[in-house]
Amino acid sequence: METRKEDTAHHHHGHDHQHGHLQMHPSQGHLEPRRPSREALSHIQGWGADLDRKNRPAVPMERTPPRFIDAKPGDPPQQPETVEVLVSPERPGITPIFGTAQPPSGLSGMIRRLAFKSTENDLRHWMLLLLADRINVVEGIAEDLARGHVPNILGEMGIKAEMKHNPAGLAKKVAITAAVVGTAVYLMKRRDRGDSRHDGDRYGERYYR
Amino acid sequence: MLAMNYRGPYRVRADHKPDPVIEHPGDAIVRVTRSCICGSDLHLYHGMVPDTRVGHTFGHEFIGVVEDIGSGVQNLKVGDRVLVPFNLFCGSCFYCQRELFGNCHNTNPEATAVGGIYGYSHTAGGYDGGQAEYVRVPMADVGPYLIPDDIHDDDAVLLTDALPTGYQAAEMGDIAEGDTVVVFGAGPVGIFAAKSAWLMGAGRVIVVDCVDYRLEFVKRFAQCETVNFLEVKDMALHIKKMTDWMGADVCIDAVGCDASGNLTQTITGRLMKAQAGAATVLHWCINSARKGGNVSIVGVYGPTFNAVPIGNAVNKGLTLRMNQASVKRHLPRLIEHIRAGRIDPKQIITHRIPLEEVGDAYHIFSSKLDNCIKPILIPPSANQVRAVTASATH
Repeated sequence: METRKEDTAHHHHGHDHQHGHLQMHPSQGHLEPRRPSREALSHIQGWGADLDRKNRPAVPMERTPPRFIDAKPGDPPQQPETVEVLVSPERPGITPIFGTAQPPSGLSGMIRRLAFKSTENDLRHWMLLLLADRINVVEGIAEDLARGHVPNILGEMGIKAEMKHNPAGLAKKVAITAAVVGTAVYLMKRRDRGDSRHDGDRYGERYYR
Repeated sequence: MLAMNYRGPYRVRADHKPDPVIEHPGDAIVRVTRSCICGSDLHLYHGMVPDTRVGHTFGHEFIGVVEDIGSGVQNLKVGDRVLVPFNLFCGSCFYCQRELFGNCHNTNPEATAVGGIYGYSHTAGGYDGGQAEYVRVPMADVGPYLIPDDIHDDDAVLLTDALPTGYQAAEMGDIAEGDTVVVFGAGPVGIFAAKSAWLMGAGRVIVVDCVDYRLEFVKRFAQCETVNFLEVKDMALHIKKMTDWMGADVCIDAVGCDASGNLTQTITGRLMKAQAGAATVLHWCINSARKGGNVSIVGVYGPTFNAVPIGNAVNKGLTLRMNQASVKRHLPRLIEHIRAGRIDPKQIITHRIPLEEVGDAYHIFSSKLDNCIKPILIPPSANQVRAVTASATH
């Protein structure tokens, strides 16, 4: 494997040329790719089994008629709409089949409905959906709490696996977090003290005495 | 039933949710016996894909047993053991009739640029996925594939996405005999792409990643050369040096929007989400390929724009091919490969984790802990002989 160090060595090599009387460049390399022989590759398990293109299923090139499905002609029957499903403005009507997993709800749902007023071609569509996703996370926590369930956020993030497989990394993260939080708290406290001293100087001792 | 429940970026848990029901005459309810966490689930887990709603159940790689069928289903019966391709497809639309199952136009109302995918946000149709005890499988006559008796469950679950996607990645590279193929990403799909490149007659296969244990694994599993990009100053320059300054004939992006390796891309794509994830690997593919070479993209990107060096691709005369894998069309050939012993997919499975511990499972896979290559989730009802809960609800 070539490393940074070797790359540097190569550049030094280039500099050496500049000290010579004649500008010399290294060889151009090969002008066509070198190919190993079939013998050299024979140890590779399964080598060349699909060398003949007729053995390849050929994707994503279009291929008709389809070979591996047994579909009835015409569109499938329409699935009844039992929940709100947002539909891309880039198609008329709704598809015959769709998911009903998490219908839009709350503030995130309102933003999603707004997002679906613009097309997939419009960047705002996707950015609004991403915004809704973030708001939805807060709604999820509120929903948990409303049900009387305090989410075990560290558990959801895999703290047990982290403790088992990466204790050093976890200790580092805890130390960094503690340092950042500690520094922030210290700075805030200091600012509070600074403000009160300033106020005292200005309005108390110096000006009103 | 017990199901994985997305609560926000980096937060998932196992929760009790209502059992799925038949919502369309073509539906089936499948009791899941195994589901995987896929590298593309991590894009959802990291909050990269718009319209990933809290409460969503991920999981597009699963196999199971048919527990219930809708009135219109003719090709499946209760008790059938099925693998379910990750694409939801109708079989009858313009695209399905051309075997572009990954591009079905009848299964995703919320976007036209992508077909329906199980457990892959509302951008991919709003279907709950298979990291659960039960899952609704629409178009059951068309999508599911009966698992042959001689195919192991662990191989079958990898046939739902990871292996066909890796195989399609190699195929889209249009590999000719002796070609040098560079695969970016040593996750499950990259590993299978490297393996598939040999099947298609590659002369040299190089896999690039930044995690040593993954590189060690792929070197052993796919007998390829490896490069750790953290040890390389410039990726494109390095590939040029490795290939007599020509560049690779074929470059494969098996990473997508979560790529590391470029600070600007990481800040604008992964952290700020100002573009649809980091396009680092697209840059490396386009800039490492030889002139007239092929770039094949199966890594997932969000739907917003990416900063991609398209000018270099134009000037180099590259062919770019990309798609979600149309899983079903690959299955017969891949099953032949498994039977012939040319590939043994289940070897990549490193972790079997109860569904109840899904939060830890995601963290292990996402943070690449414990030398994890591919984790499988086992629901508590996986070994149940005959479940009654699914049909009892409707």
